[in-house]
Amino acid sequence: MIKFILLRILQAIPTLFIIATLTFFMTRLAPGGPFDAEKNIPEEIKEKLESHFGLEKPLHTQYFLYLGNLLRGDLGPSFKYMGWEVSELIAKAFPVSAQLGLFSLLIALALGLPAGVVAALRKNSAYDYCLMITAMLGICLPTFVLGPLLILFFSSWLGWLPPLGWYSFADMVLPSLTLGLFYGAYIARLTRAGMLDTLNQDYIRTARAKGAPPVRVVLRHAIKGGLLPVVTFLGPAFAGLISGSFIIESIFFIPGLGRFFVTAAFNRDYTMVLGTVLFYACLIIILNLLVDMIQASIDPKTRNR
Amino acid sequence: MMKFLEINKLKTFFHTRSGTVRAVDEVSFSLDKGEIVGIVGESGSGKSVTCHSILGLLPQPPARIEGGQIRFQEENLLSLPEGSLRSLRGKKISIVFQDPMSCLNPFMTILDQVAEPLIIHENISREEAERQAIEMMEKVGIRDAATRAGSYPHEFSGGMRQRVMIAMALVTKPDLLLADEPTTALDVTVQAKILEILKSLRKELGISVLFITHDLGVVAEIADRIVVMYRGKIVEQGKVEDIFRKPKHPYVKGLLACRPTLDCKYHTLPTVDDFLETKLKDDGTIEIYEHTDADHRLRQLKAVNLSESGPGSETKKTLVKVSDLKVYFPGLGGFPGGAKEQVRAVDGISLSVKKGKTVGLVGESGCGKTTAGRAILHLIKPTAGTVVYDGKSLGGLSRETLVEYRKKMQIIFQDPYASLNPRLTIEQALTEPMVVHQIGKNYNQRRERVVSLLEEVGLSSQLLLRYPHEFSGGQRQRICVARALAVEPEFIVCDECVSAMDVSVQAQVLNLLRDLQKKRQLTYLFISHDLSVVKFISDDVVVMQAGKIVESGTAQEVYANPKDDYTRDLISAIPSPYNLVK
Amino acid sequence: MSIESAKSKDFISENPDGSSLWKDAWIRLRANRLATISLYFFIFISLLTLLGPEIATSSYEDQNLNRTFAPPGAESLFGTDNLGRDLFARVLHGGRISLAVGFLATSVSLIIGVAYGMTSGYLGGKMDALMMRFVDILYSLPFTIFVILLMVLFGRNFILLFVAIGAVEWLTMARITRAQTLSLKQAEFIEAARALGYSHPRVLFRHILPNLLGPVIVYATLTVPAVMLLEAVLSFLGLGVQAPMSSWGSLIKEGSEKMDIAPWLIFFPGVFFSLTLLALNFLGDGLRDALDPRAAKE
Repeated sequence: MIKFILLRILQAIPTLFIIATLTFFMTRLAPGGPFDAEKNIPEEIKEKLESHFGLEKPLHTQYFLYLGNLLRGDLGPSFKYMGWEVSELIAKAFPVSAQLGLFSLLIALALGLPAGVVAALRKNSAYDYCLMITAMLGICLPTFVLGPLLILFFSSWLGWLPPLGWYSFADMVLPSLTLGLFYGAYIARLTRAGMLDTLNQDYIRTARAKGAPPVRVVLRHAIKGGLLPVVTFLGPAFAGLISGSFIIESIFFIPGLGRFFVTAAFNRDYTMVLGTVLFYACLIIILNLLVDMIQASIDPKTRNR
Repeated sequence: MMKFLEINKLKTFFHTRSGTVRAVDEVSFSLDKGEIVGIVGESGSGKSVTCHSILGLLPQPPARIEGGQIRFQEENLLSLPEGSLRSLRGKKISIVFQDPMSCLNPFMTILDQVAEPLIIHENISREEAERQAIEMMEKVGIRDAATRAGSYPHEFSGGMRQRVMIAMALVTKPDLLLADEPTTALDVTVQAKILEILKSLRKELGISVLFITHDLGVVAEIADRIVVMYRGKIVEQGKVEDIFRKPKHPYVKGLLACRPTLDCKYHTLPTVDDFLETKLKDDGTIEIYEHTDADHRLRQLKAVNLSESGPGSETKKTLVKVSDLKVYFPGLGGFPGGAKEQVRAVDGISLSVKKGKTVGLVGESGCGKTTAGRAILHLIKPTAGTVVYDGKSLGGLSRETLVEYRKKMQIIFQDPYASLNPRLTIEQALTEPMVVHQIGKNYNQRRERVVSLLEEVGLSSQLLLRYPHEFSGGQRQRICVARALAVEPEFIVCDECVSAMDVSVQAQVLNLLRDLQKKRQLTYLFISHDLSVVKFISDDVVVMQAGKIVESGTAQEVYANPKDDYTRDLISAIPSPYNLVK
Repeated sequence: MSIESAKSKDFISENPDGSSLWKDAWIRLRANRLATISLYFFIFISLLTLLGPEIATSSYEDQNLNRTFAPPGAESLFGTDNLGRDLFARVLHGGRISLAVGFLATSVSLIIGVAYGMTSGYLGGKMDALMMRFVDILYSLPFTIFVILLMVLFGRNFILLFVAIGAVEWLTMARITRAQTLSLKQAEFIEAARALGYSHPRVLFRHILPNLLGPVIVYATLTVPAVMLLEAVLSFLGLGVQAPMSSWGSLIKEGSEKMDIAPWLIFFPGVFFSLTLLALNFLGDGLRDALDPRAAKE
C-alpha cells in the first residue's frame, strides 16, 4: 500500500511540472500585463513595480526563477494584493471553498444514494420513474439556472434565507443546496445503474438461494458492487465541484478560492493564477488517490495491484 | 405414500416481447430420499428452469409458473409464502450453479460466504458457524481450508470455486441438493473429482440430489434414475440402465447414438434427425414424429465404416511440419526493466500433419493448445521453432507472401457467435475473402460461388441477405466453415469448433467436417478438450499438458494403450455410461 | 440464457431480407417513447434556432428603448430586456450559438478521439501504453480550469472556445474507442479476418469501426449537452460569446442579474436550455438502451 502511494506521488511530479510550465507560458504569452489596467500610475512607478517583481528579466530567466522558488515551496507574492503572499491568500480563501464543497458533497450523497437504491430495487415502478425523471431534471437544470431561481424563491419572495455572503449557517444553505442537488442527481443515476447491474449478477441469485432475506441481499451482497461506479465517479466529481464552485461563488458572492482565481486571471496576477492552478492540481491528485484507496478497500481485485 | 419430492404437471412459461415461451410444459417426476435423479437435456430443454422453479429463483417477470405442484416433504412449495420458502432455501434445499466464476460474490471472503447459510438459518455463534464452514470446506477437498478461507473468490481456480459452492450448499446439511450443471465449466479431471465428492457426500449425509446436466456420460456416472427433457417436456424417464440399454423415445435414441464415444462404431455419426422429425404447431408447441426406418439408417451408417478404412493411407506426404515451436508471453506485473516472469504458453512442441489426414490436439484448459494452433498459422508470432508448410518455412516470409499462404490455411473458431462480424450479411461475409484474394472475376461469379458454398455446408441460399444474429449456433458454425472454404484452403485448424454445441448439433457439424474432408481432400488440425470427439475425428492424436506434448501416436494406439500417466488420467476421467452397462 | 435458446430459432422467419443491427436498434429506439419524443423535440428546437431570424419579428440586436422590460405578450412573445431587445429573437439566436458550439466541439472531439483511440487500441503493445499514458497525463490536468484561463487570458473568441472545449472532451472519447478496439481485436471475427489475409485498413474500417460506432454515438450524444453546459458556464462567468451576440448561457447570466425586475429574462432562456439538455440526455439514454448488445439479446 505504501509502495502504491509512493508510486502515485512520483507519477504526480511530471504532471505538476507540465501544469506549472503550461500555465506559466500561457499567462505570459497572453496579451496585457498585471499593471496595464491602472492607467493613472506613472510609467516610472510601473517600471519600478515590474522590476520589483522581476518582470523585466528575459522570459526564460523568470521561468527558471519561478521553478526554483517552487521547489522551495514558495509560490511568491501576489501582484495585485500588495503585501500578501499567494500562499496566504490561498490559506484564507480555500477553507470557504472547502466548506462549500464538503456540504454540497454531503447533500449530494445523502440525496443521491438512497434515491438510486430505491429506484433500482423498485425498477420500472412509479417510484423509479418519478425519481429518475427528477434526477434527469436535476442534471439538466444547471447550477447557474437553479441558483438564481432558488434565490428568487427563498430570498426575494419568501425571505427565508439570505441571498448572498458566507458568514452564518443560513448563508450556506442555498449555495450548498444548489451545487449538491446537481451532483445528487448524477449520483442517483449512477447508483441506480450500478445497483441494477449488480442485482442482475449470478452471485445475487446465489445469495437468494441461501435463503438470505431481501435486506441482507441488498446490504451485504449488492451494495458494494452497486456503489463502485459512484466511488469511481467521486474523482471527476471533486474536479467538478471545484469548477462548480466558480459559478456558485460568483452567484452567491462567496469569498472563496474560485472567485479569487477568476479575478486573478482577469487582473493578470501571474503568481496568483499559477499558485491557484497548482494548488487545484495537487488537490485533485490527492483526492484521486483517496478515491483509489476507497476503491481498493471495497474491491479486493484492485487491492492486489 | 408421499414422495420426498414430487413435481406434478409443472408449467413455467416465459412471457417475452416476442411471445410466450413454454420453457417447462407439464413436467412430472419424483425423487426419493437419498436418491440421485439426473435431468438430461440440451440447451433450451427446460431442465434448468425446472430446477430453479423448485426454489422460486426465476426472475418473475418474465417467468411465470402457470400451473402444477411442487410437493417437498408434504408441502406444496408453489403455494408457500415467500417467507416460508426463504426459510427452506439454503437450509433444507440447497443449490449449486453452473458457473463458479460468477456465482460467488467477489467482494466477500470465501469464509463469510460459506458460513453465511449457517448464520442466516441456525441460531449459533459466528465462531461456531465459521468452524463448521471450515470443516465442510475440508470435506469437499479444499486443503488448508482454515488458512485459505480468508481469501477472495478470484484467488481460487475454477475447480476450487466449485468446491466452495458445494461446501456452501452443504454446510447446513440440507435434505435436497439441486445441482445445476455443476461440472460443465470444468476440465474432465476436475469434473471427475467433483463427481466423486458429490457421491461420497451423498452417502455420508444421506441427501437427495437432483442433478441437471447436458452430458449423458456424467449422468450415467452419478444418477440412479434419469429424466430426459426435450423442448420443455419430459420425453422419457427411468432407471439409468434401462434408458441406456433400451431407450424408447426416438429423441433419447438419437441423443444416445449421436454422441461420439471412445468405442464409437460409426464413420458418420447418426443425428437426432435420423430418428425423428419435429413440426412446429400454430400454438407454439412441437409435435414429434418418429422415423420408422431409424434402425435401417443406423445399419447403413455402420456399414460405411467397414468400407471406409481402405489401405494406402500411409503413403501420403506431410503437409504441415512443426518443429520445436515455442510461444512465450511476457508476464504481467513487475517493474519495467525488472526481471519478468515469462509465461511459456507453448514450450517446444513438434508434430506433423499428413495431407488429407486429421491430427487431434487434446489437452485441458490452459495447456497451450489454442496458442499452438494460432502460432502454427502464424497468427501469433512464434518465439522460436519452425513451421514448414508444403516444404516452405513460414517463418521468414514477408507479409505479402504470407497473405498468399492465408489462402491455403484457414481456421474455424469455438464461438460461432463471435466469429462472424455482426454488421455484415452472410453474402458480404462470404464474398469478402474472394474479393481480397481475387477469386471470381465479377460480382455474379462470386455470388454463384457463395450460393454453392452455402449448399455445400447444408444451408439454403435464401439466407444470403440475413445477418448472423438471425441464425442458431450450429447454423453460424456452418457459415464459418463456408467462409473458410471460400478461399479454397488445403489445411484447416479447427479450434474447439464443436465445444460450445449441443451433442445433436455437434454430430451434424462433425459429419459436415468429415464429408468436406473426403470431398475436398482437406487436412485438419483438430483442437479440442473433448477426448471422445478427438478420437472420433482424428487419425493421429497429440496430447498436450502445460505447453508440452506428453504423448502422440495414432488415435487407436493412444486410446487403447496410453503410455503417459497424464493421458491415462484424462481417459479414465471421461464419464462413460458403458462402464456401467458392462 | 435459457430464454433465448428456448425460442425455436431453427425456424427463421419468412422475410428474405435480413434485419441489420442498426435497423433493430432503430426499432428499439422507436419503441422507447421518451427517446422518440426527445428526438422530435430536439429536431424541432434545431429547426427553430436555425430558422430563428426568419420567424422572429425583430432582430436579436435591435434595441427599442421605449419598450424596456416589457413582459411577455402579443407584441413580443417572451418580453424584452433592459435595452428593449426582443427576448424571443435573442433566445432563438442564442440557441443557434449554443447548439453550434455543442456540435462543433463534439465533432472535433469525435474525430480526434476516435482516430487516436482506434490507432492506440489497434497498434497495442508499447505504442498503446505510450499513447494512453499521454492521455492519462492530460486527464489529470485540471482542464476546466485551463479552459477558463485560456478564455480569460486570450479573450473571448468563438473558435478558441470550441477548440478548447473539444480538446477537453476528446480524451474520454479516445478512452472509450480504445477500450472498444481492444476488446474487438480479441473477437474471433477479427482473428478470422486476419487469418483470411485481410489488410489492416480493411480490418480497421470494415470490421472494427462499424462495431465500435454504437458506444461512440451514445457518448457523442451525451457529449453535446456536456459541451453546451461548459459553454454556458463560461458565458455565465462572462467568458463566452460577446454582446450583442448571445448564447443561452450569456442570456441566463443577463437574466439572473435582472430577475428581480423581469423574471422572464431568466425563465425563457433557462427553460429552453434545460429542455434541450433534457431531450439530448433522454435521447442518449435511449440510444444506449437501443444499441446495447445485452438489450439486443432479450
